[in-house]
Amino acid sequence: MNQQTTPAVSVRHLTKQFGDALAVNDLSFEVAAGQIYGLLGANGAGKTTTLAMLLNLITPTSGEISILGEQYPAGRERILSRVNFSSTYVSLPLRLTVWENLRVFAALYGIKRPKQRIHEMVERFELTYALKTRVGELSSGQKTRVYLAKALLNDPEVLFLDEPTASLDPDMADKTRTLLLQAQQERGMTVLITSHNMAEMEQLCNRLLFIDKGKRLMEGTVVEIREHFGQDSLEDVFLHVARGESL
Amino acid sequence: MNPRRILGLTLRYFYLYRSSVPRLLEQLYWPVVDIMVWGFVTLYLSRFEGALPNFLAYFLGGLVLWDILFRSQIGVSVAYLEEVWSRNLLNLFVSPLRPSEFLAASVAIAIMRVAFTTCVTLAIAWWMYDFSALVMGAWLWAFMGSLVLMGWAMGIFISSLIMRFGQGAESLAWGLIFLIQPVAAVFYPVSVLPAVLQPVSAAIPASHVFEGMRQVLDGGAAPVHHLMMAYSLNLAYMIGALLFFYATLAEAKREGRLLRVGE
Ligand SMILES: Nc1ncnc2c1ncn2[C@@H]1O[C@H](COP(=O)(O)OP(=O)(O)OP(=O)(O)O)[C@@H](O)[C@H]1O
Ligand SMILES: [Mg+2]
Repeated sequence: MNQQTTPAVSVRHLTKQFGDALAVNDLSFEVAAGQIYGLLGANGAGKTTTLAMLLNLITPTSGEISILGEQYPAGRERILSRVNFSSTYVSLPLRLTVWENLRVFAALYGIKRPKQRIHEMVERFELTYALKTRVGELSSGQKTRVYLAKALLNDPEVLFLDEPTASLDPDMADKTRTLLLQAQQERGMTVLITSHNMAEMEQLCNRLLFIDKGKRLMEGTVVEIREHFGQDSLEDVFLHVARGESL
Repeated sequence: MNPRRILGLTLRYFYLYRSSVPRLLEQLYWPVVDIMVWGFVTLYLSRFEGALPNFLAYFLGGLVLWDILFRSQIGVSVAYLEEVWSRNLLNLFVSPLRPSEFLAASVAIAIMRVAFTTCVTLAIAWWMYDFSALVMGAWLWAFMGSLVLMGWAMGIFISSLIMRFGQGAESLAWGLIFLIQPVAAVFYPVSVLPAVLQPVSAAIPASHVFEGMRQVLDGGAAPVHHLMMAYSLNLAYMIGALLFFYATLAEAKREGRLLRVGE
């Protein structure tokens, strides 16, 4: 019951100013537990900055963030042990093997039975044969699966993904989405995701927040957003907004 | 601080060094080259005997101890750099790992690195030049401890600079410490320095260690005063370095620097 009433992520009047520039401008939104929530917007809209503030990597200029009912900085350790993150712009130590990398992160997340958990993860992501291979020797598709295994290692209640499929070919991206959805549905995990692939966002997200120059443009389900802008697909919505036709 | 997390991250460096022969060799390359070149130079110079007693011991002792300071500092800074190079910093910062635990792991790996190279350099000094650092007795350990501490403080300071100025500042990890070498009284006593530099020298913990080392090698009085100075200064610098690190981290989070690492 409690899960339904307390949102997994709650953001109020979140603002980030870098010098004179407002990267995030008075954003408020809530993500219910178990939802896949998409952040949508053009390059520079403020998606990464928003995620980074939710992960305590960037300190907000003002506003409130509550994750699983806790706040930074006091709840940092408790929050971070219950969430995880992956993105195209982070990697893992390439000289270490898959096993070594996961072993280190299992220790950092205080995972109870690390061996068993790592074996579960590599089986799920079909990496068992690569356990002793250095991450640097894997293909980028395999690497992405290792990064996902790392991101799911602590069985996170909230998973933050910044353009997780950006560097993958369509086939690999599709497989990644399938694995992600599987893991999400099994555990009822909450996911916050950004992507420039509109079809991906339509397929994955229960709700979307459309950001334009740091400001909230529209929030709702895929259908609501499409209807609001009178377009047939998210792609059309995006183009419509990007070309200023809504103004 | 959570010992499991510290151990976990230490394991990461252990795996790295185990897997990388070049990294292991690089640990030894300069220390070994240094001690051979300067060892032979000293052997040669000591033929002229002259008025310099213990010349060989001064020099080799200075070399071995300086290297402890240098390796300790590098060990800490390179632990940070490894995360920058492997684009792993964000993974660590979004994990429950605390910054203090990160520093503790850096320090742990620095100790291992220092122990490894020092064993080799001490063995070479003993085998090639018949110089046994152990003649310094228990003082040797006190000297080493002080230099290791100073290396940590400098290492943390330099890691902070790299956090602030980005990967472009990485050469500081190998270079900055040589800025203080001339005034650290490694190979000559503080009294050689011009009067204006002597107070600078007195503010460096290592100067007191090297003065103390020569005192012990001469069979002089116990270097208690020098050691007390060295450890007090170390404490002050360590506090300063930690404050600087935390301030730099807070500033990096305000400016969004953590996401721009490596550029
Ligand atoms: N550390 C920083 N210092 C100054 N400005 C920044 C910093 N980080 C981001 N910005 C600016 O803030 C704005 C939002 O950037 P952000 O990276 O959040 O956008 P994004 O929506 O993730 O874009 P993309 O789709 O290209 O990844 C941009 O104008 C960017 O230039
Ligand atoms: Mg981005």
